[in-house]
Formats: sequence, structure tokens, C-alpha cells
Amino acid sequence: MSKKVAFLQGNEAAALGGIYAGCNFFGGYPITPSTEVAEVMSVELPKVGGKFIQMEDEIGAMAAILGASLAGSKVMTSTSGPGLSLKQELIGYGCIAEIPCVVYNVMRGGPSTGMPTGPSQSDVMCAKWGTHGDHPAICLTPASVQETYEEVIRAFNLSEKYRTPVMVMPDEIVAHMRERIVFPEPGEIEVIPRKTPTVEPAQYKPYDTSYGDVPPLAAFGSGYKFHVTGLNKLPDGFPTTKAEYVQAEEERQVRKVDANADDIIQFEEYMLDDAEIAVVAYGSTSRSARYAVNIAREQGIKAGMFRIKTFWPFPDKQIKALAQKVKGFIVPEMNLGMCSIEVERCAQGKAVILGINRVDGEPVNPDQILEKMKEVK
Amino acid sequence: MAFDYDKWIRPGKLPHIWCPGCGHGIVMKGLIRALDSLQLKKENTAIVSGIGCASRLPGYMDCCTLHTAHGRAAAFATGVKMAKPEMNVILVGGDGDGTAIGGNHFIHACRRNIDMTYIIMNNYIYGMTGGQFSPATPTGHKASTTPYGNPDPAFDIAKLAIGAGATFVARGTAYHAAQLDKLIAEAIQHKGFSVVEILDDCPTTYGRRNKYKSVVEMMNRLKEVAVPVKAAEKMTAEQLQGKVLTGVLYKEERAEYTAEYAKVIERAQAAK
Ligand SMILES: Cc1ncc(C[n+]2csc(CCOP(=O)(O)OP(=O)(O)O)c2C)c(N)n1
Ligand code: SF4
Ligand SMILES: [Mg+2]
Repeated sequence: MSKKVAFLQGNEAAALGGIYAGCNFFGGYPITPSTEVAEVMSVELPKVGGKFIQMEDEIGAMAAILGASLAGSKVMTSTSGPGLSLKQELIGYGCIAEIPCVVYNVMRGGPSTGMPTGPSQSDVMCAKWGTHGDHPAICLTPASVQETYEEVIRAFNLSEKYRTPVMVMPDEIVAHMRERIVFPEPGEIEVIPRKTPTVEPAQYKPYDTSYGDVPPLAAFGSGYKFHVTGLNKLPDGFPTTKAEYVQAEEERQVRKVDANADDIIQFEEYMLDDAEIAVVAYGSTSRSARYAVNIAREQGIKAGMFRIKTFWPFPDKQIKALAQKVKGFIVPEMNLGMCSIEVERCAQGKAVILGINRVDGEPVNPDQILEKMKEVK
Repeated sequence: MAFDYDKWIRPGKLPHIWCPGCGHGIVMKGLIRALDSLQLKKENTAIVSGIGCASRLPGYMDCCTLHTAHGRAAAFATGVKMAKPEMNVILVGGDGDGTAIGGNHFIHACRRNIDMTYIIMNNYIYGMTGGQFSPATPTGHKASTTPYGNPDPAFDIAKLAIGAGATFVARGTAYHAAQLDKLIAEAIQHKGFSVVEILDDCPTTYGRRNKYKSVVEMMNRLKEVAVPVKAAEKMTAEQLQGKVLTGVLYKEERAEYTAEYAKVIERAQAAK
């Protein structure tokens, strides 16, 4: 049987990926260059009995998806730069109250209104450090339309599995380019359901760690009564300031993601086996990097690419290992050096790190990467 | 009618955090009487709040309770109600939470006419943070951030709700405690977005700065300023100077949001 194919934009694929994953509630607020996700959701969700709501602002959209998730829905919102800044307080709420949700953010130039239609990769640090306080962070950075579709599904799976917000952050190029996409059959890609309680309602505690680092989550309206707060809390969900509980809770919330980094982190290694130069790239920039590596190989330069698919948790282990092998890293990105900082942290001085940093609304082109390779001695 | 308060209070969660003389507890008792008289199912009732002293109320109630972020109760609750339209969704919070930081969500919940009830405890002040002025603090009054008297004009919260499109708007006071259950019960039964503004008191941060010698004095003021809507009809503009109308101030039938969205689903599926 031949599969269904289409010619789609990254944002359209993101919406359809969400529906494949079982998204049945979407809260949005228009902002370039992410608006198409909301538009497609407003068309498609009601067809499958799901619900779309355009809220009064991005904070409201974030709040609405958290509320709907607690009532048992699989939820998503989409936004871009300024909207991401507005959502941050409630992304933290999702982290501490442990509410599954997917936040799709298209990276455009910033700060502030910046360059609404220009591509950027300058929100990757915001994905980890944007909300205050220590908290877990998962962020996926797809590089094609097909991958955007699949990574949104994976984001839903990770958010349900780890009971935490997950971000998907394509840059504007990936979000707006059109490519062929092959749709998976129903059931072909695993969709992970939420772990719900099996105990009687009277016994249920929403943060009962006897089930491990990710306790089951009941839905409001399903017979379970429980309390949810953004305050530090006890296993039963009620606030506490007792030092031992607060410390343990904070550590568990971060640990549930960090200790499962191997399950969460995905990457691609391209021609790295004998490479002396490793280009570390993500999103649309990795497409220029692949092109540059191909040309370099033709010229006899031993270059390869490490393509980041999961930006957070950062692939520390893999970059550390690469640093032992290569002479240098080239880190092209559409920001002033955000991924570079992480590569530096992992490389621990074992290899040189050269950044290529564009914030002028133009993509990093392959020539720039090839030029930079000459500087690795 | 005898009310079963214990049924609604979460076991082991009292005493509450409120100061002696705080009106929030009176409101909670009114809410309990309303829920009890309507015989709502606890597991089918969500109580959602923002942040503030008033917003601590849900934690004491044995229902599905959600203590959100400052000002965001209406937006979280909108998600809950959209996901589960069959649930009773009740919002509670303070004047600051609802009309300052949460003002945007408040007016849009009114506009949508989504079937939820919002109980707003107006003590004219940001109690929890120590008595800074709120959008409901009367002009000229003292707060920790208006040491020379408040230069800001105040919102009339009930009027704001009516203007924004709420289809049931009532006002009560913590002094007229016995009327609260009926106002709240009527609001819950109303199909659409209902708002009950309850004038109450914060002796700790507001009373003390504004020369109220006791909680009794604050309660007496509520008694004196409140005029039931019916009685007001027979009063002159002069007599109504400085008074506040209480009772059901506005009621209208209008398309409810979750029912309208159910029609959207029908239309989308018919076109498929
Ligand atoms: C985003 C954010 N800003 C500010 C605060 C601080 N804050 C907590 S409660 C509160 C005021 C609450 O006043 P109100 O809603 O009137 O409730 P009351 O305490 O008077 O019952 C403020 C400003 C906060 N928690 N979050
Ligand atoms: S500070 Fe004011 S509002 Fe808060 S509990 Fe005390 S009296 Fe009530
Ligand atoms: Mg107040």
C-alpha cells in the first residue's frame, strides 16, 4: 500500500503531527512566524472532536492548555519569540505542577519584536533558562518538514512519559519551507498514553513517588479529587515549606529528565568516523552544514557533522567523546553563540571551537562553513 | 436548612491561613452552603484560583482544586471547562488577582460567556503582599504604596463584568453572610459566565491603615453602604450617594461558549 504524501510547510506538519499524537486541545494566539499552526488546528481539531481556542494572549493560551491537560486532554500551543517570553511563568508552572504539554515555538529574530519574519535560533537558551527557578527542560530542534511532524509526535510522547512541558523549536526557515512529507500510517509511530492512577480515588496522591520519579496523573472530572498548586508541595499536592520535601521534590523534577537523557536525546552523526573537524549544527543550519561537509569531503578535508535533534537535555556525553577525537568544532548558528557555549562546556578545552554567528536574518551558508574549516589547524 | 460543612472541607486541611477577622472565611462558608444546597458532586466540581489570600480558598475544599498563578485562574479554568464541559467550574480570587494582573482574562471570560462562576473577594487591597493598593482601592485611601492617599480611581468590579459581557452579575458583602449562599447558588445555576463580587475586609493591611479601629467597624461599614437593588429603586440619587448596590444586578440569557463550540465541532464534522 502506498503511503499518503503531501507537500507541506513545517508549521502545517507540526499541527498534523500533533493530531497524529492525539492532541485534542489547542490554545493559541497569533504571532508570525507560527500562526499557521493555530490556523491548521482550528480547521482540523474539531473534525476529530478536539477543541481549538484562540485566547486573549499567550499567557492565557498557556494557562488554558495547562487547565485542559489537567482535565485529561493532550494539549499544545504554538508561538514565537515575544509570545514565548510571555509564556515563561506558566511553563514553570507546568514544570513544578508536572503537567504534560507541548509548546511549539518558531524562532525568529529578537529580542523584543526583533525581526518577525526573519529566521533565528536565538531562543534555545530561553528553552532552558527562560522560566525562573531550577526545573527540567526538554527541547527538540527539527531540521525538515518531515522531522517537524515526527518531532511533534515525539514531544507529545516525552511530555506524557515524563509529565513535563516539552518544547519543539524549529527556526523560521524550517517552519516556513515547503517539502514533501510522507505520512505514517496510524499505529506506525508509537503514541505514548498518559500514566493514570490505578488506586482508588481516596488513596490517590498526585505526586506519589512510590511509583518512581514520574507519578501517575489523574484527570479532573474522572472521579479523582486532588489539589494542584504552583507552590512547592508534598506528595499529596498540598503546599509545604519543609526543607527536606522541597529539596527532594526539586531534585526529582530535574532528575526525571536528566537521568533519562539517553532515552530523550536523539542526534545524527554524519561522516564523523574519521573526522578531524566536527560541525555541530541544528535546525536549518544543519542543512548548510551537511552541504559544506559534502564539499569538504570532495576536497579531501576530513569533516563531519554532529546534528543535534534534542537540544535539551544537551548531548553532553556525545560532544565530550567527540572532543577527544577531533581537532576542532565549528558551530554555525543563527545567534551570537548559544550552542557554542554548550559545546565549550562539554569539550573542556580538548578541541578548538569556532563559531559562525549570524543574526542578520540570513541563513548561515555553506561557504561560510567551508571557509571556517580552513581555520582549524 | 442544615448545611453539611464537614462534607466540603478537605480532611486535615484546617486551620486556614487567614487572619482573625478576615472576610474570606465568611465567603468560603457561603460557597459551601451554596454547593451543599445544590448538591453538586465534589469530584465533578473544579475550584480554580489565582494567587493571594483569597486564592488560598480551593486548598480547603474537597473538590478538584487548582491554585494557579497570579491572575490566571480564568484562563486555566477556561481550559478545564472546554476539556470537560460537564464539570462545574468555579473560580475564586481577590480584587487584585482578578482585576489587575488577571483583568484581561477576566473580561474575556465575560465576553465568551463560558459557563463558569467567578467569586471575586473584594477587600480593596493586595492583602497577601502586605497592603499595596489594588484597582479596587478607593481614591484617597491609604495603602503601603499610596502613603499620601491613592491617586488612582477605582474599578466598579460588577459594572466591569456587565460591560464585558458577563450574563449574570451579583454583589454581596461579607456582612450580609446569610445572603451569600443564595447569590452564589443562583450564579452557579445560571448558564453562562456569572460573577459574584463580594465586598469583604482585610483588617490586617487595609483596616489598620485606613483608621478602622476594629473588624466590627469594618463590618458595620459594609452594612451601611450596602443597598439592595430593590430598595434602591425607591431612593433618590442623593440618597444613593456613597452607597453600593447589592443583590442580582444583571441577568441575561445568551449563547454559552462550550455549547457554541459543540456546534463548531458539528459543522466541522458535517463538512468533512
Ligand atoms: C506574577 C506575580 N506577581 C506578583 C505576585 C505577588 N502577589 C501575590 S498575591 C498578590 C496580591 C493579591 O491580592 P488580591 O488578589 O486582592 O488577594 P488578597 O490577598 O487581597 O485576598 C500579589 C501582588 C505574584 N505572586 N505573582
Ligand atoms: S492579610 Fe488581609 S486578606 Fe490576607 S488573610 Fe489577613 S486579613 Fe485576610
Ligand atoms: Mg484583595
